[in-house]
Amino acid sequence: MNRNLLSINDLSREDIESLLATARVDFLDLSKRDIKKVPTLRGRTVIDLFYEKSTRTSISFELAGKRLSADVVNVKADSSAVGKGESLKDTTLTLNAYRPDIIVIRHPHVGAAAFVARYTDAHVINAGDGMGEHPTQCLLDIFSLQQEFRDLNGLKVAIVGDILHSRVARSNIIGFQKMGMKVTLVAPPGLLPRGVGALGVARQRAGTRSTDRPGGGNGADLNVAHSLDALADVDVIYLLRMQKERHEGGNFLPSLREYIARYQVGLRHLSGVKKVLHPGPINRGVEIEGALADSPENLILQQVEAGLAVRMAIMYRLIVDSAVADAGAAADAEAGAAKPAAEVKNIHAVG
Amino acid sequence: MSGVFVKTVVSADQLGRTIVRIAHEILERDQGLGRLAFVGIHTRGAHLAHRLARLIEQFAGQEIAVGELDISLYRDDVAARGSLTVRSRLAQPEIKGTNLPFSIDDMTIVLVDDVLFTGRTIRAAIDALFDYGRPSCIQLAVLVDRGHRELPIRPDFVGKNLPTSQGERINVRLSEVDGEDEIVLEATREGVES
Repeated sequence: MNRNLLSINDLSREDIESLLATARVDFLDLSKRDIKKVPTLRGRTVIDLFYEKSTRTSISFELAGKRLSADVVNVKADSSAVGKGESLKDTTLTLNAYRPDIIVIRHPHVGAAAFVARYTDAHVINAGDGMGEHPTQCLLDIFSLQQEFRDLNGLKVAIVGDILHSRVARSNIIGFQKMGMKVTLVAPPGLLPRGVGALGVARQRAGTRSTDRPGGGNGADLNVAHSLDALADVDVIYLLRMQKERHEGGNFLPSLREYIARYQVGLRHLSGVKKVLHPGPINRGVEIEGALADSPENLILQQVEAGLAVRMAIMYRLIVDSAVADAGAAADAEAGAAKPAAEVKNIHAVG
Repeated sequence: MSGVFVKTVVSADQLGRTIVRIAHEILERDQGLGRLAFVGIHTRGAHLAHRLARLIEQFAGQEIAVGELDISLYRDDVAARGSLTVRSRLAQPEIKGTNLPFSIDDMTIVLVDDVLFTGRTIRAAIDALFDYGRPSCIQLAVLVDRGHRELPIRPDFVGKNLPTSQGERINVRLSEVDGEDEIVLEATREGVES
């Protein structure tokens, strides 16, 4: 991994596979033990800096740090000096003076995590930056899918709902395609980002089913549809929350009632679909029918469980991988380069 | 790999007989086989643990529980040399984690590893075990003791004492992972000269 996790684009497919293998092997079963804690990050400090409301992301980052034995400090913007007018830069510089090892940041503005990374020596994890990205959600979603489907290659997934305002959608469109999945976006035109072409979308006629069109768009297998009919052809539905709090001052939908009538997903849409995911929090009766929210066809709680293991793996690998890089650089400087391969090969004799 | 000197110090036959001897010693010492379990440290310690359990089953007709322990999360050098271990472990196509399919409470646990060197791995393994339960007793069986302990840890069962210099390495090769059984001594030229 790189120094920071700001975008899902910071990771290659191999990085993702390796990171999620760590989550599965080292951390998934940890929560089932009586002693849900390992000493791995003992003495390290993690600061969770949240400028937006959050339940699962903030709880899972806090628990992840604690279960790795790090000291975890939670800063909520509404109860901190931010309310006194401190800028993000000054807050970051102040926090950096405590020498944290990891800063987790959630912020309503795009690019906030990258901005924080410029002013701290800590590893920075983007826990959601406005309508930008949410890479840890993307990773836990890929993890949840891996637990259900052995091979993600060629898996067809429809992302349905308020794509325009969704940082989850932005990260997942990139991440799912990285893993070889075929992505269809299903939304009314008003809830699709204008620049969706940059993500490799081959736009279909309104209401038509998505089709595999090799060479379509920028050669990507990303399709757009404006009707739930497109769900007939997919393996997985990824539902998004209607982000009403971001709709203020805009005219994105004719009416919520019309959206519900045309785009709410329920059990009746699951004919060929195997699983339904949702990043939470769900709005029952808006994007998801109550019966579907209560059905075992959805993976919502598995996603929550995965989130903890994946976030532990991310913190662990950020620290360990950078230590490897530092050790490698130091060894190269000392030996005038060469021969780290031999050292790695014989490791079991060292302990 | 210039400047490296390699020598087989224990052959496949010798290695087989050594493991048989360790199994007999464990049988001799540990009377209550019903409360005995092996816990092997990944990767080669785990294979050795399974071999020992099979042998004891042959000799005494009693099945022995076997678990596998991954100590990466308990290492004392996450931010230093040990991170190389983490990377090489993650580079393996099928990495395995800890698997203890039984309660270790009130059991006599025989920890099994291939090479005992500084003792730090064993320290980590003991810490890890205590997070899974409270064994009544922990013993240590190793195929090779190469000296250079940095902690007050000593083995209860030793296959072979191989005094080495710091510059040398002991490479235990097992058929399950390496295709053949043997113990190899590797030394860099500097190691030999010093």
